[in-house]
Amino acid sequence: MTQTLLTGYEPMTSIDAITSGLESVGYISTRQISTAVFLALGLRKPILIEGPAGVGKTDLAASLSRWLDVPLLRLQCYEGLDEGKALYEWKYGKQLLYTQLLKEKLNEVVGDEQSLESSLGKLGSFEDLFFSEQFLEARPLLTAMRQAAGSVLLVDEIDKSDEEFEAFLLEVLSDYQVTVPEIGTIKANVPPIVILTSNNVRELGDALKRRCLHLHIGFPDHKREQRIVQARVDGISEDLLNQLVSFVQSVRDMDIKKRPSIAETVDWAKTLLLLHANALDEAFVRDTLNVLLKHESDIAAVSGDVPKLVRQATDGKPALSGHMAR
Amino acid sequence: MDRQITSFIRALRASDVRVSTGEALDATRAVSVTGYSDRTLMKDALRCTLAKSPEEKITFDDLFDAFFASRDIPGEAAQQDSDAPDAASGGQDTDPVALMESGDEAALAAALEQAADAADIDDIRFSTQIAYYAQQMVRQMGGDQLQQRLMQAFEARSEEGDAEAERLIELRRDLTMRARERVQRSYDIFGKGETEQFRNEFAESKKLSAIELGDMARMKILVARIAKRLAVKHSRRRRKKNRGQLDVRRTMRANAGVDGVPFNVVWRQKRRERPKIVVVCDVSGSVARYVRFLLLLLWSMKDVVPDLHAFAFSNKLVSVDGFLEDLPFDQAMDTILREAGMGSTDYGQALADLKREHEALIDRRTTLIILGDGRSNYDDPRTDLFRDFAARAKRTIWLNPEPMAAWGSGDSEIPRYRPYCSTLSHVATLKDLERAVDDVLSAYG
Repeated sequence: MTQTLLTGYEPMTSIDAITSGLESVGYISTRQISTAVFLALGLRKPILIEGPAGVGKTDLAASLSRWLDVPLLRLQCYEGLDEGKALYEWKYGKQLLYTQLLKEKLNEVVGDEQSLESSLGKLGSFEDLFFSEQFLEARPLLTAMRQAAGSVLLVDEIDKSDEEFEAFLLEVLSDYQVTVPEIGTIKANVPPIVILTSNNVRELGDALKRRCLHLHIGFPDHKREQRIVQARVDGISEDLLNQLVSFVQSVRDMDIKKRPSIAETVDWAKTLLLLHANALDEAFVRDTLNVLLKHESDIAAVSGDVPKLVRQATDGKPALSGHMAR
Repeated sequence: MDRQITSFIRALRASDVRVSTGEALDATRAVSVTGYSDRTLMKDALRCTLAKSPEEKITFDDLFDAFFASRDIPGEAAQQDSDAPDAASGGQDTDPVALMESGDEAALAAALEQAADAADIDDIRFSTQIAYYAQQMVRQMGGDQLQQRLMQAFEARSEEGDAEAERLIELRRDLTMRARERVQRSYDIFGKGETEQFRNEFAESKKLSAIELGDMARMKILVARIAKRLAVKHSRRRRKKNRGQLDVRRTMRANAGVDGVPFNVVWRQKRRERPKIVVVCDVSGSVARYVRFLLLLLWSMKDVVPDLHAFAFSNKLVSVDGFLEDLPFDQAMDTILREAGMGSTDYGQALADLKREHEALIDRRTTLIILGDGRSNYDDPRTDLFRDFAARAKRTIWLNPEPMAAWGSGDSEIPRYRPYCSTLSHVATLKDLERAVDDVLSAYG
């Protein structure tokens, strides 16, 4: 297999290595996820991850950083996010203090310069200092460029930012460099591994999509969800695990407002464990349904089917959903 | 660039998956990183460089399987070549009779591929071309030679000759069938998408009144696509930076901490108005089918236009927001037609109802859309009310499914409403509807 992997992230030499590496920090990957990560390094490309909330998009970035032992830099996007918040800002306060200091010492500085011209020249040399790195407040993007050993840069919920910001990001993402007019270009020694996430609040621009590898993470299948819960919840019995995952999986097939995410499955598992449940039973399920479902109407909709769902889950057969998936 | 990949990308493009040159290069690079030996790996790698939405991923998966089912992945081909050197030379030199009779399926498959390549069957666009391309393939495999032998056998006019001829005809039929199957696969990959696109384009500009029931599924998909197109266009930033005008008060406040020295300059921002649409639909008789598409289109754009109110009438005005929100679209439409579709059309009554019960909905942000032919059974059209609405609203748009020549004839009151319409246009096709809605949303700049 030919490989031209990025320097700086040594353990990622094969897809299997990525899968097992991620698993070592508790992230249960899929073949497709690992392949995307592998390619991101091979092609030096950002990964754009789409999919419903709570399926482990953000978590992938965090897990990568943990496994590779490089810093995680997170940029949370929102409407109105601009360069200043994402890239760098000047420390105005400090600059101001500095000017005042300079004002007081003006006589000392200019000293015995005779002509106005030479005084200005001397002052001019201080101006450079004024806009130097010392006064530069680095935000996530700039910080990521400066990491000597690489980093994982997470641009979270890019779909919430404005289109203008999306366009601005393109430059940073394709060249892994940042230009500060007063200082010059800062290029990353080891390009960060960039992960962008989107919940599809708005359609992303083609330009951005073109520059990224595209990965869709959906809800996990039964087996994978079981492994995820197992990795997160200590001491859960095989039976209960199997049953509760079956239950959640069939709830996801129902026509409800918000389908339970992995995080909610995990919370539910913890709750049931806390109640010393060994198996699903109707009463337990009814009492704890609010952990799994977040809308009153969803709880009402599922409540009616609880006996059936519990029966299906405890029968050990994969639940056949009587409802149309959306 | 690898020819298989290029060809595969062409297939994707034919099926409406947009692939840029950059992405095509990425795909090649991706495969060079993953290698060809593992087909699943290669599929995953290509998927994340080429398919960038859930729909595209579905198309991709189908196409990948169909495309590579009949082809060797380059890495594998190299291996096969060494196993079966005869197959590689294939083409015209091979005797088709010997090949067919040898029973060597691998060699036959390889020869078919070679012939498919030589006949450029990947250029196929329409199903009617299948026979032609199959014939080309047979010719590439030595069809002429076969024909000659057949003629010779006939000319022999002997029993053996006839038996030989029969055998050859059978063989030729078998060969042709195989070629057809192969061309069919290529058509599935390269032709279907394009034919589909052609049909869609046709459907978009087809008169809505002529849509048959069987086309409804396709129309729905098309409407969804139009809605998405419009949504992308109009969900652009609502806030426009308006550099050039200083916001003195906010600048002062922002810099209070630094003695009012204006380090942070705040510019005035112009806020875009959010679209607010009130749509009133005549659901009597022939207009009803247009209403279906307009409502479907507007309702599919709820994300962009959350402030949307829809009414239907033939005489009494009925608010239909509730139906559309609670029921699946087709059911909602049936209910709407049942609730509002009966009775003779009375525009005056409908406008009076709108005035009495929902006047508050119409303000200077509102675009009032009327969809109807303006035929009011000679009742008072209440143009006075319409004039008032026009004065209050941002714009009044009248969409008329009747051709312009009919406006004003008989009980059509269109000429009397016309002076108070910001726009009055004829809508007959999906394209017209798209243009009309685009125009409405563009006004909220």
